[in-house]
Amino acid sequence: MKKIVVIDYGIGNVKSMVNALESLGVEAVLTANEQEIMTANAVILPGVGAFKHGMDNLNQRNLVPVIHDYVGTGKPFLGVCLGMQMLMEESEEFGSSKGLGLIEGSVKIIPLLADTTEKLPHVSWNELIEPTKDRWENTILNNTKVGTDMYFVHSFAAIPIHPSDVLANCSYGNLSFCAAVHKKNIYGTQFHPEKSGIFGLRILEEFIKLIN
Amino acid sequence: MSKKRLIARIDVKNEFVIKGIHLEGLRKVGDPFELARRYYHDGIDEIIFMDAVASLYGRNNLFHIIEQACKEVFVPITIGGGIRSINDIEMALKSGADKISLNTQAIKTPNIITEASRIYGSQCIVGSIEAKRKGNSWEAYVDNGREETGIDAIEWACKLEQLGAGELMVTSIDQEGTKRGFEIPLIEKIAAKVSIPVIASGGAGNPSHVANLCKQTKVSAVAIAAILHYNSFTVGDIKKAMDADGIKVRI
Repeated sequence: MKKIVVIDYGIGNVKSMVNALESLGVEAVLTANEQEIMTANAVILPGVGAFKHGMDNLNQRNLVPVIHDYVGTGKPFLGVCLGMQMLMEESEEFGSSKGLGLIEGSVKIIPLLADTTEKLPHVSWNELIEPTKDRWENTILNNTKVGTDMYFVHSFAAIPIHPSDVLANCSYGNLSFCAAVHKKNIYGTQFHPEKSGIFGLRILEEFIKLIN
Repeated sequence: MSKKRLIARIDVKNEFVIKGIHLEGLRKVGDPFELARRYYHDGIDEIIFMDAVASLYGRNNLFHIIEQACKEVFVPITIGGGIRSINDIEMALKSGADKISLNTQAIKTPNIITEASRIYGSQCIVGSIEAKRKGNSWEAYVDNGREETGIDAIEWACKLEQLGAGELMVTSIDQEGTKRGFEIPLIEKIAAKVSIPVIASGGAGNPSHVANLCKQTKVSAVAIAAILHYNSFTVGDIKKAMDADGIKVRI
């Protein structure tokens, strides 16, 4: 059976990710153990809440070098919500704090990105937009139709430096923000596939299919 | 304008889904897990489980229901009723809930909102307001609509936002269970004052009640109960009616 590690670093509701994976017929292990992470077929970094709190928790458990080592193996890696934001180099939440630096770019609070009168946090189902034609081919969005709604809950957004790292966009008010990233074996989704009904589960299913 | 969320509110007493009028005279209407599963398959955007009598007894009995529901229902789940401490919140999140709704305890010790949103993030903390008309204003109630507090509901909404709540759920005790439509002036005032999302609850009797509320206020989400529990309309019926009325929803 394929084994997926969901990194347990004391943040947010990780149970729903485990449940979603188990419903798709894989073994989901909630752990912060280096050995378990390195031997997993795929790894998911979940998380909600504050960037600095998330990075502090990863650092306390010495997980930053472990995640870098794991990503270096070329096996699939997925960051969800805060887990995607932490892939970036830094965040400007309450002063600057350093991220995992796996994808070049930063994280900024939504009102700084656009003049919006929309409510914050952005708590909504919202449509995924394909940034360029056929960008989703052979990715975790391979089986997703443009315009499919996913569940978002966040006040900050990631801004990758390289447009080629952007897998999907989304618009909120007059703002267009990055909804998913992809660079080699690294994926990130700002939305919660584990909370986005059957179409969300379909994305996790495609992620599982990346396992060799 | 972002999509409006349609939320099924499932009030539970002991093991049963119950429904009353003005939060009183509770009748059994079904099994909470079965209803949650049905609404999920019908396309509901979120589910709120409320332990209707928890604050009377000082405990929440829903954790095992949430544990079961989270294995099959893959949309956000909120739990409320009788949550009194950070430890209760921790247990609720561990059982699989995504958000916690707080009313009685927030009135007693407002700092719990700040502390909880600092630990778990504001997106996790829903400030719940039970409001009852009093002349030209509304008063906040606690203990599932049983006890008055003397606090103005609109001022309390602003205070909850300041304290760090990520969303507000506003239940009109006057309209709750009546199927006569929402307390639009109350929702309109609160949604215009706060910058966080507002969930309106209490009074949905047909799809046009939901549509009217969305058109006349800056509400972000609508919680419905009796209209679904009694099979008057399905999730699909309501969403289709909203869509036909020009309101953006996830279909």
